[in-house]
Amino acid sequence: MSVDLATVKRVARLARIAVTEEDANRMVGELNGIINFVEQLSEVDVTGVEPMTSVTPMNMRKRPDNVTDGDKADDIVANAPSTDHNFFLVPKVVE
Amino acid sequence: MTELTSLTIAEAREKLKAREFTSVELTEAYLSAIDAANSVFNAYVAVTPEKALGMAKASDARRAAGQVGALEGIPLGIKDLFATRDVHTQACSHILDGFLPKYESTVTQNLWDDGAVMLGKLNMDEFAMGSSNETSHYGAVVNPWKAKGSNQQLVPGGSSGGSAAAVSAFLCAGATATDTGGSIRQPAAFTGTVGIKPTYGRCSRWGTVAFASSLDQAGPIARDVRDAAIMLRSMASVDAKDTTSVDLPVPDYEASLGQSLKGMKIGIPKEYRVEGMPEEIEKLWAQGIAWLKDAGAEIVDITLPHTKYALPAYYIVAPAEASSNLARYDGVRYGLRVDGKDIVDMYEKTRAAGFGTEVKRRIMIGTYVLSAGYYDAYYLQAQKVRTLIKRDFEIVFDAGVDAILTPATPSSAFGIADEDLASDPVKMYLNDIFTVTVNMAGLPGIAVPAGLDAKGLPLGLQLIGKPFEEETLFRTAHVIEQAAGRFTPTKWW
Repeated sequence: MSVDLATVKRVARLARIAVTEEDANRMVGELNGIINFVEQLSEVDVTGVEPMTSVTPMNMRKRPDNVTDGDKADDIVANAPSTDHNFFLVPKVVE
Repeated sequence: MTELTSLTIAEAREKLKAREFTSVELTEAYLSAIDAANSVFNAYVAVTPEKALGMAKASDARRAAGQVGALEGIPLGIKDLFATRDVHTQACSHILDGFLPKYESTVTQNLWDDGAVMLGKLNMDEFAMGSSNETSHYGAVVNPWKAKGSNQQLVPGGSSGGSAAAVSAFLCAGATATDTGGSIRQPAAFTGTVGIKPTYGRCSRWGTVAFASSLDQAGPIARDVRDAAIMLRSMASVDAKDTTSVDLPVPDYEASLGQSLKGMKIGIPKEYRVEGMPEEIEKLWAQGIAWLKDAGAEIVDITLPHTKYALPAYYIVAPAEASSNLARYDGVRYGLRVDGKDIVDMYEKTRAAGFGTEVKRRIMIGTYVLSAGYYDAYYLQAQKVRTLIKRDFEIVFDAGVDAILTPATPSSAFGIADEDLASDPVKMYLNDIFTVTVNMAGLPGIAVPAGLDAKGLPLGLQLIGKPFEEETLFRTAHVIEQAAGRFTPTKWW
């Protein structure tokens, strides 16, 4: 498999990264280099092999479903580029 | 004051205890060393002198009151990946411009609870993606080591390049670091320092900026094996805020130093003898085998047949997880925002301006391998191969092997702005060929300096252990250290 310019632009759109024509062209070569490198995995026989879901055998610890945190709206918005009364401000989304 | 900065943590601990100097004096010595040399190395991206002196003063007061923690009064550097309350935390990315967290990572909180002092935040590859520290928004870090008769600036490795350079150049007593594919062990090997990536789950990941969540682990970079053991004991903990942190008691790692290797079985994997490996590394490896044999260990040849697939599988799994983790940087809640004509335009412009080339490349790869139609061929296949890589290790450990000895890196430190490496991302990725298997299998791995190459640059050996058997690694690495000696760069700065 190999990626072309249209695929790079589609993936950039999915990743929400603006790319110039020049960026996209450069990325075609770079991404194909990496894709070709990882392609060798297809030669491994994985018949009957489960995909890894957890690297260490452990049961996830559970806790009671209680509220243990909160009341820190000021802290949460402290680093936001634009806020109003503890709301995050974004460009208009709904017309 | 230069003498103070040359002490190991263990030495400083004794001298602080004997009241030969105070934590304030030790901290001042480090701050003036940083002041004099950071412009040379670019190891720190933020120095926090007021905070450091405040913490040192508080430490001296605690000591006077008889309260002495395991790292009481010891000045440390912190990789920029760890959230530190109200202090620069940007994973050395432009996209986190101005970010000052309102919380503290569990690992750093553990260090402060044990009495340590923070000197500042250390340079790293952007979001820990790199093997040379050159992808940092704050520029490259210079390795304190230079080849004999050469003035060329070398990389300290990456992604924890600032941590390794600062420890090696005596700009902190020890440093925190993180390792997703080799980011502790490769820079440690390049700078003649000791670095350990503990078992996945040993240190809490809470408050550590996420790169690839199933691979990321924190660990120390230190001057010697003992210091690494002291630091890891403080960093490790079970944490309610990270469900993957393990609920096992943290051993006194230092106590394992000096124990005999008699009866221990060390595996030598034939797959790590890669094509084109420099003869010097072969020799170093043979030397390491001889040292362990002399110390009473039994050496056995082993096979880890899926080794060659670890790096390609990593370059699917890690970017996939990164593309998901880094989706949060959208210009809304923190960091950089570049305005656009609508919200999607704002996201795209913000991310285009905020992420560097390597980070974008990995997000793109990750997005591609997770996209409709490709998921099974790439991501699912890679996770199955990962199961096989882990199984390779399990078979060897089940057969009675206690630890595995390999080289840490395929070469010594290379030059900054190496054209050959810059032209082909895959070539740079090959730096992690010996370290990445360990992350894929969630195992602990330690890099310990073992010699110098013909150019006079440090080379390291790696020991790989069973899950949560870091003590075996410290014990074995200490034997190598005793035989090889310690390596410090000749001061030219």
